[in-house]
Amino acid sequence: MTTTYEPIVGMECHAELLTESKMFCGCANAFGGAPNTRTCPVCLGLPGSLPTMNRRAVELVLRTALALHCEISLDCLFARKNYFYPDLPKGYQISQYDDPIGKSGYLDITLEDGRRKRIHIRRVHLEEDTGKLIHAGGNESEVDYNRSGVPLMEVVTEFPPDIESADEAKAYLEKLRSILIYLDVSDGKMEEGHLRAEPNLSIRPAGTSGVGVKTEIKNLNSFKSVYKGIEYELVRQSELLNAGEPVRQETLGWNDVSGETYHMRFKEEEQEYRYFPEPDLVPLHFETADIEAARADLPELPDAKRERFASQYGLREYDAGILTASRPLAAYFEEAAAGADPKAIANYVTGDLAKLLNASGQEITETKVTAAHLRELIMLRDGGKITNNSAKAVLAEMFETGEAPAVIVETRGLAAVSDDSAVAAEVDKALAASPEVVAKIKGGNEKSKGFLTGMVMKAMKGQARPDVVNRLIDERLAAL
Amino acid sequence: MELYALTAHELSEKLIRREVSAREVTQSVLGRIASTEERVHAYVTVTESIALAQADAVDAARASGESVSPLAGIPIALKDNLCTTGIETTCSSKILRGFVPPYSATVVEKLEASGSVFIGKANLDEFAMGSSTENSAFGASHNPWDIGTVPGGSSGGSTAAVAAGEAIWAIGSDTGGSIRQPAAFCGVVGLKPTYGRVSRYGLIAFASSLDQIGPVTKDVRDAALLMNLISGHDSRDSTSIVRDVPDYTRALTGGVKGLKLGVPKEYFAQGVSPEVSASVRTAIDTLVSLGAIAEEISLPHSEYALPTYYILAPAEASSNLARYDGVRFGHRTARATNHVDLFEKSREEGFGPEVKQRIMIGTYALSAGYYDAFYLKAQKVRTLIKRDFDLAFEKYDAIIAPTAPTVAFKLGEVSDPLAMKLNDVLTIPANMAGIPAISLPCGFSDGLPIGLQLMAPNFGEETLFQIAYAYEQATRWHLGRAQL
Repeated sequence: MTTTYEPIVGMECHAELLTESKMFCGCANAFGGAPNTRTCPVCLGLPGSLPTMNRRAVELVLRTALALHCEISLDCLFARKNYFYPDLPKGYQISQYDDPIGKSGYLDITLEDGRRKRIHIRRVHLEEDTGKLIHAGGNESEVDYNRSGVPLMEVVTEFPPDIESADEAKAYLEKLRSILIYLDVSDGKMEEGHLRAEPNLSIRPAGTSGVGVKTEIKNLNSFKSVYKGIEYELVRQSELLNAGEPVRQETLGWNDVSGETYHMRFKEEEQEYRYFPEPDLVPLHFETADIEAARADLPELPDAKRERFASQYGLREYDAGILTASRPLAAYFEEAAAGADPKAIANYVTGDLAKLLNASGQEITETKVTAAHLRELIMLRDGGKITNNSAKAVLAEMFETGEAPAVIVETRGLAAVSDDSAVAAEVDKALAASPEVVAKIKGGNEKSKGFLTGMVMKAMKGQARPDVVNRLIDERLAAL
Repeated sequence: MELYALTAHELSEKLIRREVSAREVTQSVLGRIASTEERVHAYVTVTESIALAQADAVDAARASGESVSPLAGIPIALKDNLCTTGIETTCSSKILRGFVPPYSATVVEKLEASGSVFIGKANLDEFAMGSSTENSAFGASHNPWDIGTVPGGSSGGSTAAVAAGEAIWAIGSDTGGSIRQPAAFCGVVGLKPTYGRVSRYGLIAFASSLDQIGPVTKDVRDAALLMNLISGHDSRDSTSIVRDVPDYTRALTGGVKGLKLGVPKEYFAQGVSPEVSASVRTAIDTLVSLGAIAEEISLPHSEYALPTYYILAPAEASSNLARYDGVRFGHRTARATNHVDLFEKSREEGFGPEVKQRIMIGTYALSAGYYDAFYLKAQKVRTLIKRDFDLAFEKYDAIIAPTAPTVAFKLGEVSDPLAMKLNDVLTIPANMAGIPAISLPCGFSDGLPIGLQLMAPNFGEETLFQIAYAYEQATRWHLGRAQL
């Protein structure tokens, strides 16, 4: 008989920090460019060079640690993690070991069914990135040190882990990413490797507690690969145990094409890192006042913003969640909603505008539809100046041209017909053309009124105001 | 006296008065090198054309009335573990043969800015690991006082060059005594400044928490002058201290009246030769006769300094020397088939036996399961050694002791690595504590110089100069020149 297993997942995430310069030298922290064009004696590890601390990187990690509700170590040490690899110029990586900047924090995730779950975080620390190996073909490799020394933040979940499914792991990563972007700590670009995830996973019979022997998947750079990697390992480990084979503690790679993990090394083959305090850097010390200042300086984070949106604007939790997924989107909404009906704005932002953005691949920051124009559009509609149907058409044109809605309404002649006589004439025509419907309504079938409304609206090419149409239909019916 | 035999402050006066030109001084030193270097072997590289060009530039600047440093035009030897733009920097190791740094150490930049004339890169024990300069991959240096003996180490090239007149003064580095012990052996003045006083940027690291660059000179005034040139905070070295640099020559008052000197009994214990003990005791008497007060003290953790040092220094070195992997610079094996092979063979071929031994010891001390018993315990002992000094300096202005247990020994005489390391037993404690310490000549035994060591609290260089200068004024040891 086969046992059903569930996964227990720890997450180790690395984010490249949005600093101007590298962690320990003045070279630019940027992406791309010709190999080895952003290097100096320090990030090349030339003999005699020494690291100096990038204070901005320290501030960004402190912000993140505070946003993740961590305890802050007032004194933290940097440590050397020693191992040999061609992309590691000094033969050691400057990292943190005993006293990370942040420890014992948490992050709350919201699952698809609306359930909330708290994911505990063990540590948030600062380190430097390595260079990159480029396989030049044949037996040759080249090394690009442009990335060497780029500030890297590591966020590690608590052990034993709280995450119990691929969905939860994905939700965790999405939440972490949105917080990092909110904080201006990272651009969160996973496809460029600026945010990378390394899930480690063991399994246990469903419904039991405890953890098993874990495997770790290195360097995943998409939500999809995190989800699929965990699902794959769940199946692979389950099959092993069900076949009576042990799971071996190992490090795995991920093949995105085949959707499979592959063996890299077993635990016994792991490097012995010989951590010790970095003697070239003085310990980092935080004053309590600095920490409180950084805490006070934190922007409103996604959870708090979502709750505020729900209560302040009377939005549904779901819509509030969508609108607060990114800071620019939330800011756009708030600007548009000032002085207009927030729910109507929310519907447009999450509905018609979102569709247009998706279809064109644009971000909210790139659209020609300004928040002020969107507000104007909604006010035209709610003031009866244009109908709902026209509003959609106007928005589509605003999206293309960036023109103000009033101008589009004017030039396209989309102004709603509020002249009762014109509408009344069409109502009379509709009643005359559909005596059987009139009879049904008279017989008590109120629903059939919609048919008449539709006829009139169609005849008016959508430019009649539905409320006027309905009022006139009622008046005429009453007069019959 | 020949120009090469003069001190920097004597030459400075002649240069300012235009009695001599920087070119003449430089040529005098180069001439001396031509006649004695074959026997002394103080240098890995002599940079004759650079030196002459620098000297000519200084002469031209002086001639045109430009404002130049009073010390511009003085020929200096740089220990070959200091990076120099465009000049091969080897650390006396095969693994760095051919390495021409694209940048200069901060100290080198400072010297360049003050018009120094770079005579050459001085020999050292490979990666500054040794006490005799016999560990150089490019051959041992010799003591100018007796060509058959070692100059000490690891800055043996720097001290031999100054003692031989092959440089007017020199820069060395001191991790466990590497300036002071060879200064004592060669009869010159050598100072290890307070940790953080002089920038380490561009000094090829041996043990980062212990390394410090310092002057090697013919007398105390020169040491103070050279410290004026090289000291100060450097934003490129996080461990350098933000603190004003005084004019160290102001400490050369000649008086020591009322200064309290601690004489640690542990520094006169077994292993210290009777001749060295006697000379240092006589020196103490001289200072007392000048008005200083000397009392016996105890630094009880001194005996643990050496074993502790031989955990911490190799531990740091094992990591600092990981970058020599054949990938980016220096020696690369021709026999590699993959990257692990490249690392292993390049390092196997490039490093000498002493360096390999220390990498092995350091790697072991940092390994899981041994870290607490070795590295961590050694750090704790280091704190205790430091506390010994803190307590002593509550009562005493300085501590006085021998620099090395013996005078220079014969080349090849000390083959046991442990016996070799015992040479540093009296100098290591100052590195462990970070405090400044100076060695100056205080006598001879069998024609070989003896060194007197003074130690002061952090940033107490002025106290050291004050006492050393007073002693020097009262004696004539510093006036002796090795006959070659």
